[in-house]
Amino acid sequence: MSYNQNKPDTVYFFGTCLVEGLYPEVGMAAIKLLSKAGVRVVFPRGQTCCGQPAYNSGFPEEAKKVARHQISLFPEDHPIVVPSGSCAGMMKVHYPILFAEEPDQSEIAAFSERIFELSEFLVRIMEFRLADLGDPVSVTWHSSCHAAREMKVIEDSKSLLRQLHNVSLVDLENEQQCCGFGGTFSVKQPDISAAMVRDKLEAIEKTGASEVISGDCGCLLNISGAAEYLKSSVKCRHLAEFIWERTHES
Amino acid sequence: MSHKPFNFRKNVREALDNKQLRGNLRFAMETMIRNRKNLFNDPERLEHLRETSSAIRSKSLALLPRLLEKLEQNCHQNGIKVHWAETVDQGNRIVLDILNSRNVKRVVKGKSMVSEEMHLNRFLEKNGIKPLESDLGEYIIQLAGEKPSHIIVPAIHKNKKEIAELFHKHIPDTPYTEKVEELNAIARKVLRKHFYEAEAGISGVNMAVAETGTLCLVENEGNGRMCTTLPQIHIALMGIEKVVEKLEEVPPLLELLTGSATGQRMTTYFNFITSPRKPGEKDGPSEVHLVLLDNGRSTIMADKQLYETLKCIRCGTCLNHCPVYTRIGGHAYGYVYPGPIGTILTPQMEGVDKTQSLPDASSLCNACAEVCPVKIPIPDLIRRIRNDSKSSSGKTKGSGSGRSLMESAVWKGWALMNSKPELNRLGMKAGSLFGQYLPKTGPLGKWCNIRSMPVPAKKTLHMMADEEGVDRD
Repeated sequence: MSYNQNKPDTVYFFGTCLVEGLYPEVGMAAIKLLSKAGVRVVFPRGQTCCGQPAYNSGFPEEAKKVARHQISLFPEDHPIVVPSGSCAGMMKVHYPILFAEEPDQSEIAAFSERIFELSEFLVRIMEFRLADLGDPVSVTWHSSCHAAREMKVIEDSKSLLRQLHNVSLVDLENEQQCCGFGGTFSVKQPDISAAMVRDKLEAIEKTGASEVISGDCGCLLNISGAAEYLKSSVKCRHLAEFIWERTHES
Repeated sequence: MSHKPFNFRKNVREALDNKQLRGNLRFAMETMIRNRKNLFNDPERLEHLRETSSAIRSKSLALLPRLLEKLEQNCHQNGIKVHWAETVDQGNRIVLDILNSRNVKRVVKGKSMVSEEMHLNRFLEKNGIKPLESDLGEYIIQLAGEKPSHIIVPAIHKNKKEIAELFHKHIPDTPYTEKVEELNAIARKVLRKHFYEAEAGISGVNMAVAETGTLCLVENEGNGRMCTTLPQIHIALMGIEKVVEKLEEVPPLLELLTGSATGQRMTTYFNFITSPRKPGEKDGPSEVHLVLLDNGRSTIMADKQLYETLKCIRCGTCLNHCPVYTRIGGHAYGYVYPGPIGTILTPQMEGVDKTQSLPDASSLCNACAEVCPVKIPIPDLIRRIRNDSKSSSGKTKGSGSGRSLMESAVWKGWALMNSKPELNRLGMKAGSLFGQYLPKTGPLGKWCNIRSMPVPAKKTLHMMADEEGVDRD
């Protein structure tokens, strides 16, 4: 891809709906990290959701309508950086499938080519270096399904954590197993989803780490919601926020 | 199980409440995952093998009518009689007619998922013939009066204690023992007698080679070889999709089949059956029959997306890796094929109107697609079946049955909210002001069964970005 040759000077940021409404501080941290890595960040107004909830629930027309709206907001040929493996996977891997029968499918495919997950972009394109200013801490890592199996960016995310010399990364049992969120899955099959998140919490507790870090707010909403409900001591944080807090001078 | 009315939600609850089941499954699945991983320790080679095998299966399906004709022709030349069954009823009738016309009463059976599709045992029992399952796992669940809960390891939901109790209760003069070797010896003794006495053996087929007219049968216990060589009559059951063109296409598929299924480089037995006993040969059946079952496969073949379902070689690794299967087990799926492959195959065979919320029983985590040896895009096909369930113009049997006015209206509203920025802003604002006061009913209620209520942020990212002067265009 052309971006690999040169570091771009400008990127678009796609915030995602969960970050917009529930985790805005994650979005701000991601924007600041990108700026610090040396690119101008444009966060277009009017963006909402990638369309995945409808796409996964049997409503492709509704998904297309919402996807088209997002696509229209990123007119220039800049890379589009997304702080979520799942939303990035939707836009990169699934838009071409969703629009496969449409007359403008090649333009959609070109849009999808411009999608990057945040840590993928920071590591592979910007060769971002971090200096840890935080106290010693031990954390564990949960891989979101689509960051791992669609975007394939887990090594990028972990390499950022490994750059933080005061952070020790403890392995999580079944790290790449789904936490049970799955968007509408969590409410369409609530019993199975509950069994999955219970197991995930148990595995996190077993690590003894003080926090679990992940790159997807969907997983974090699910795991932290269950941790709070079940009065577990597990704390969850998005990678962007965790890194930003440890690397900027206040 | 199929004779009880299917109630997916209830099955799920019962399975999740069964701690023993969860423990058994977890241990077994984690072992199989580890064995597979240890065997396929070269990712590049694995990927190459998957590409090759996927291409072989795709080509076989593209040439299916021609290959089936060729298979029939070559089997015929080799002395194997080929029978065609469009439906399960026809398949059962063919088997019964063969057995009745030769006055067969004693039948041993090897493992066959197609025979499960046909509910063959039930049918034959009604007609006075009780086949004995000779695969150890199948034998165990036949004693228990159950159905397989896994494609490869049918009794995986049982631990040795449960098996010890079954043997003690059902096999005369059997003391209670939990020693695996002793349990094996008990089963072997019972089965041996039946192998000697049986007049017919029934088996499945893992793949058939069109150019040579060969039936391939993979197994670990030797019971498959007994079933197909000791009795005078051998009846092989096969879904029409299992044919490949050339003998040279067998090795890559075989390597992936055994490796994906159990992490074995190769199984203890691999049977190539190309004819009945020839003059001068000392063993083998005097008759070999091949029953080719369609049972909806031709309809699946006709769909340019869903046909990929038929690439499946029934290794079961998608079950082992599925976070849903490993929690609810095979019986909860109600029909013959559980796990991710069942989630796409069952609605197509039975109709989405029959399978209730089964197509929703996937978080679309992609674990199945990542390991599928023939690269079936299972999550994409699950999405497609969900689409069909919500749309009367879908092609899957029973399409549109999952559509409700309420849900359609919700998604229409959602699409509007997320394509009109003004509306979205208003919605986000309302969410941050009143979200926490929403009643915990409907989807939110289900969310809150095990999670606290999501708390909307006081400021949205759009608001924060404006305050901090982030570029907007």
